[in-house]
Amino acid sequence: MAPTSKLSHGIKKASRSHTYHRRGLWAIKAKHGGAFPKAKKTDAAAAAAAPKFYPADDVKPRQPSTRKPNPTKLRSSITPGTVLILLAGRFMGKRVVFLKQLKSGLLLVTGPYKINGVPIRRVNQAYVIATSTKVDIFGVDVEKINDKYFARDKKKKAKKTEGELFETEKEATKDLPEFKKEDQKAVDAAMIKAIEAVPDLKTYLGARFSLRDGDKPHEMVF
Amino acid sequence: MPFKRFVEIGRVALVNYGKDYGRLVVIVDVVDQNRALIDAPDMVRCQINFKRLSLTDIKIDIKRVPKKTTLIKAMEDADVKNKWENSSWGKKLIVQKRRASLNDFDRFKVMLARIKRGGAIRQELAKLKKAAA
Repeated sequence: MAPTSKLSHGIKKASRSHTYHRRGLWAIKAKHGGAFPKAKKTDAAAAAAAPKFYPADDVKPRQPSTRKPNPTKLRSSITPGTVLILLAGRFMGKRVVFLKQLKSGLLLVTGPYKINGVPIRRVNQAYVIATSTKVDIFGVDVEKINDKYFARDKKKKAKKTEGELFETEKEATKDLPEFKKEDQKAVDAAMIKAIEAVPDLKTYLGARFSLRDGDKPHEMVF
Repeated sequence: MPFKRFVEIGRVALVNYGKDYGRLVVIVDVVDQNRALIDAPDMVRCQINFKRLSLTDIKIDIKRVPKKTTLIKAMEDADVKNKWENSSWGKKLIVQKRRASLNDFDRFKVMLARIKRGGAIRQELAKLKKAAA
């Protein structure tokens, strides 16, 4: 744009309307449908050009780990039908039969229930001694038993009135649902026949394991 | 009391310390005051300290440092294996090995058998006591 000529300091020669006409912005506006064309600002360029904040140290941003945990390794001494000795919990010392490893890594075991009172149960591999005694579990179907089978029922909290709040909650005694009892019988049926075929195996599974005087567990063969 | 088991060429001994613990070997030569050269059918001939050997009653007829085949033949002629396994020492070791290798179920069966035997003995004793009374 040509510098506007001055009459004197602060006084322009041409009027406002005259300079507006001279600049010709009205013609460009008319050509572009009423609005003066604006250049598109690229956000990336704008941001990269001048970041608002520079950190004091050069630190690499932390990446979230893409590592997936491996499934629990089953000890090679534990195969379906192995007799295991439980080392902790309510059934400490009981000798039970191993059925399969569940997806959560826990071991599925059963007493059988008729022999030693241990139902179909989950057990952690770390709390178990594997013996070298195996029971034939051909014909035992445990396909449909998985971790969801053992999930707790969600309790529905009933709203208590003020008086009832101070009463001790009458706990509904939870009875085993019938289908679980049926499952137990089905799983144990074929196994009990195989167990009774071996002499003394039934009494063996019914007895609890314990250490006696003179026993050296690190030298004992299981 | 005079000594009965001597360190001599042909003496069968039991290794009682070290890598070859429990192995039956034959003394085939004496190296010096403390060490002997020993050999067995299933091992490489080597030297060992006398302190690591327990001498047995068994002796075989060999010359100093025989060839392996000669040694094996001499051991078979003297019937070392059977003599050892029928000796009370040998029998004891066999029982010890068996007991150590029992698994949990075996130990349970042994327990039941001992109870049964004890019961039978007590029954007999009771009968005898009754008869004597």
